[in-house]
Amino acid sequence: MEFRKDLFANERDDDLNEVGRPTQRQDAQGHVTGRSRFFDDYALPGMLHMKFARSPHHHARVRSLDTREAAQMPGVVRILTSEDVPKKVHTLLILLDLGPDDEPPLAFDKVRYRGEPVAAVIAESESAAAAAAAKVRVDYEPLPAVFDVEEALAPGAPLVNEYHGRNWYDYNGYDFRKIRFGDVERGFREADHVVEERYQMSPIEHAPTETGGCIAAPDTAGRYVCYTNTQALFFSLETAARILDLPSNRLHFVGGTVGGGFGGKVDSVHEPLALLGAMLTQRPVRSAYSRAEEMQVSSPRGAERFYVKDGVMDDGRIVARYARIYFDAGAYSRLSPYGAVKAAAHMPGPYYIPNVWVDARCVYTNRTPSSAMRGFGVTGADFALEVQMDKLARLVGMDPMEFRIFNAYRDGDMKAHRRVTKNAALIECVQAAARIADWPLSERFQAMSSTRDGGGERGVIPPAPAPGPGPGKGASGRRVPPAGAEAAATTARPPAPADAPTVASPARSPLAGRGRMSSLLGTRRR
Amino acid sequence: MSHVTLDFRLNGTGRTELIAGGETLLSLLRHRLDTTSIKQGCRQGTCGSCTVIVDGEPRLACITLAATCDGCTIETAESLPGPGGLHPLQQAFMDHFAAQCGFCTTGMLMAAKALLAANPSPTREDVVDAISGNICRCTGYQPIIEAVLAAAGAGPSGAGQPGGSRPGVV
Ligand code: FES
Ligand code: FES
Repeated sequence: MEFRKDLFANERDDDLNEVGRPTQRQDAQGHVTGRSRFFDDYALPGMLHMKFARSPHHHARVRSLDTREAAQMPGVVRILTSEDVPKKVHTLLILLDLGPDDEPPLAFDKVRYRGEPVAAVIAESESAAAAAAAKVRVDYEPLPAVFDVEEALAPGAPLVNEYHGRNWYDYNGYDFRKIRFGDVERGFREADHVVEERYQMSPIEHAPTETGGCIAAPDTAGRYVCYTNTQALFFSLETAARILDLPSNRLHFVGGTVGGGFGGKVDSVHEPLALLGAMLTQRPVRSAYSRAEEMQVSSPRGAERFYVKDGVMDDGRIVARYARIYFDAGAYSRLSPYGAVKAAAHMPGPYYIPNVWVDARCVYTNRTPSSAMRGFGVTGADFALEVQMDKLARLVGMDPMEFRIFNAYRDGDMKAHRRVTKNAALIECVQAAARIADWPLSERFQAMSSTRDGGGERGVIPPAPAPGPGPGKGASGRRVPPAGAEAAATTARPPAPADAPTVASPARSPLAGRGRMSSLLGTRRR
Repeated sequence: MSHVTLDFRLNGTGRTELIAGGETLLSLLRHRLDTTSIKQGCRQGTCGSCTVIVDGEPRLACITLAATCDGCTIETAESLPGPGGLHPLQQAFMDHFAAQCGFCTTGMLMAAKALLAANPSPTREDVVDAISGNICRCTGYQPIIEAVLAAAGAGPSGAGQPGGSRPGVV
């Protein structure tokens, strides 16, 4: 492994004693001797098991809920419905002051995704709890459901989540998270080519080898203990305290050993209800997903849809980017409003683009609620951006590695978020990757550096255009094609790096001769 | 439900248990005899985290009826040495970063131990084949394969290898 500390000389002066050498995990010995204690290894005497009655519908009104037959089943000790839950509606991000409360721990008036829990059965064994859960009678009135982010935004779409009152998350009065930098319309007018593409991600399940769960039990002095595999111990503790309307010092959470998380164990769905069960039965209660539940109802990474429209010059400079992001939250927020923000923030990528316009919407649909999963928002954005970069490189006839080096941020460049770039190293990373992969780079690109030719004109916040609807929004609020995208006009061009080509343009790819590519939008499968 | 008496050896100790006819080996060992190194990742025979060794063969405890183990010798990760003197496989798993979250680790160790007992000098393909029923969501498998090969190279019995002979992941 190669360390290029010279690139970070002004940032850190420690001598990296650990990075770059093999080291031992502190829990490795417990793992290889089978002595690491996962939550499920704390099975307690007299422990009860909790299983859920879940909605078979994607979207339905709950007319009535009848637990009488289930309560008569062998081994059943207690059945919880939303009537038992102190805080009937909650949202995770409220701990970061991001409301509104939009999700019931146990559904009551409506179910909004298939598999949503409506009742929790607590019984002497897991099989008794499951058998009784199947006897919970719910009278559902199925409602039209929506599964596509853009369909959910269309007029007349079924309203998924009444707590939002519309099918998108409201960011301080805006229906999207926005980034505005420079003048994208002017950038498109000046561009030699304009390309718009659509990128669709799928939901991804974390599939940890250990399914999510916990064991809650009465402790002394009116306190309760919870052995849990949450990835966010204090976050889950505060969430449980809020749902149970208890001071958090009544709860003692024990965790830290997580059998694979990847973001899938932060939603705190087991702890509040297992604790509630322990409070109401005064016995230990275990709640854990079966493998099937883990796959069906635990939150995946949300499916993001990206439309990325770029203006690029024949010499390889990207001069404008207009991105629309639709982040599929599923039926409830969980952590998705934050994921959509991350996607927006990531959208320019590690490239200097003088004109950027991003609208990122967090959209509600009747799909399983999505939440944290390994860089949610960012990984999808990277997929879209880097595939787009390959397409742009082909379009202008440049080598894809050289194209990235050419457009990379350099120290001193102003990012679209109005932060000045420091310690950029993308150019050096691509150069190193090319060397290792035996990928030939021409001398010109081998000579480029993150420490040169940034800043200056590239280091200032560009003037904003005159106020107007922008590229994506007409007065109706519906997307309209950017005005003048096809017109040719020249005003001041965005500054090129000093080492930009001055004589000959790079060899052109077959596509390059087509001149301006009109939007591909609408010709692609939705 | 009818019950039967089961005689078996668990990690060197003879035991007699009364079991229900449909009881799985996982339920008996993990839930009743507190052999918690056996993990339950799926309880449907697909993840391998419940792998134990029955008469020298790796078996999935979640889909093995306990009643079929009468007279058998059963080994779990509890039979491996403790922190004081690690088995070469345990040491190699540590040295090669083959245990990340640790949930698959005991099952992997059992599958690997059964392999090395039957085939002390496995090829890489043999190792891949032996752990192909064990899912690991963390490591990407390569560190585990390297660890098993290294343990095989360290020779039989608990001689152990001098730790850290080959860094697996940096
Ligand atoms: S728990 Fe036995 S194979 Fe998964
Ligand atoms: S180490 Fe986590 S599943 Fe293998």
